[in-house]
Amino acid sequence: MTSAPTTMRTKKRTFVPRRTPLVLLLVFLLLLLAGIAVNEPARVLEQARSVCLPCIGIG
Amino acid sequence: MERLRLWIQALWFFLSNGYWAFPVSGTLYQGPLKVLCSPGLNCYSCPAATTFCPVGSLQQLLLGVRLSLQNGQAYVGSYVVGCMGLLGTVFGRLICGWACPFGLVQDLLHRIPSPKVPIPKGLAWGKHLVLLFLVVLLPLTVLDDFGLGLPWFCKFLCPAGTLEAGLPMLLLMPDLRPAAGILYLYKLSVLALVLLWSVASFRPFCRTLCPLGAFYGLFNRVSLIRLKFDADNCTKCGACRRICPVDIRVDRSPNSGECIRCLRCCTEACQFDALAVEIAGHVWQARPVPPEQPVR
Repeated sequence: MTSAPTTMRTKKRTFVPRRTPLVLLLVFLLLLLAGIAVNEPARVLEQARSVCLPCIGIG
Repeated sequence: MERLRLWIQALWFFLSNGYWAFPVSGTLYQGPLKVLCSPGLNCYSCPAATTFCPVGSLQQLLLGVRLSLQNGQAYVGSYVVGCMGLLGTVFGRLICGWACPFGLVQDLLHRIPSPKVPIPKGLAWGKHLVLLFLVVLLPLTVLDDFGLGLPWFCKFLCPAGTLEAGLPMLLLMPDLRPAAGILYLYKLSVLALVLLWSVASFRPFCRTLCPLGAFYGLFNRVSLIRLKFDADNCTKCGACRRICPVDIRVDRSPNSGECIRCLRCCTEACQFDALAVEIAGHVWQARPVPPEQPVR
């Protein structure tokens, strides 16, 4: 698959910050921090370090 | 741009599966990096996997949520959902196009010369149903006598797990081979079907069955990185629609949840500055050079 050559440039336009992604970032950051607060990463790590037999089609 | 995308996909493939000592150690990677979330679908039971799979981990937490709450541990999946949501809010389905190991496998298979078959649009709903039922509701509600659920998606559907973990683990651990029965054969059949379908159609798993793609797709309209369509510059030539590998009407819904952000419409098709990439409010345009203006 060949691709056409491209020129890359940045157009100067008015910067308009959007509120929705910022709110979502905040919400999910809080969720992540809540998970860290209850030590969920340790549980995730424990699971990820072992073989999930059903996941590989055994058991 | 397609070549760049391929290289970045390959880079992510090896970053997500960078533990190459497994043939010697005979085990999975056990290091601290596994606390990090893989952006794409990448089975953490793969012996080379260096990060956790968000879909697999979320199911594991949900299927044991009652027991953990009874034991006073609030493992309800907020860390995993937080990671997924942050990735989705920043990148949307750009991850599917540029950083998913199983997406790379499908892309490479689709390059095999063969008759190509479009995917009916109605099948796109499948991945939302998979996310809702196999990843969330069934692991939460169908419980055994001990109060534990099953990882339905991983156990009964995920072809990435079979390819990246099922096959290598059976090669690596001969003790497991006698335990491989009907379920293993069924999962091999699912994998074979998806791989064959990938030769004929572009990204069939991502477009019809992938729960992670369904989740990231929810963010495509609002993510920090998204497409910007300028109707004033559009000549309605249809070049963007013709080049789109996932059959989106780019001029009507440039931020459709189906778009995997391959960016071919921006970099190879539109000659009129009607399409650009918006990165946190800043517009970046990569326009194909017309034949009469060669690059110097």
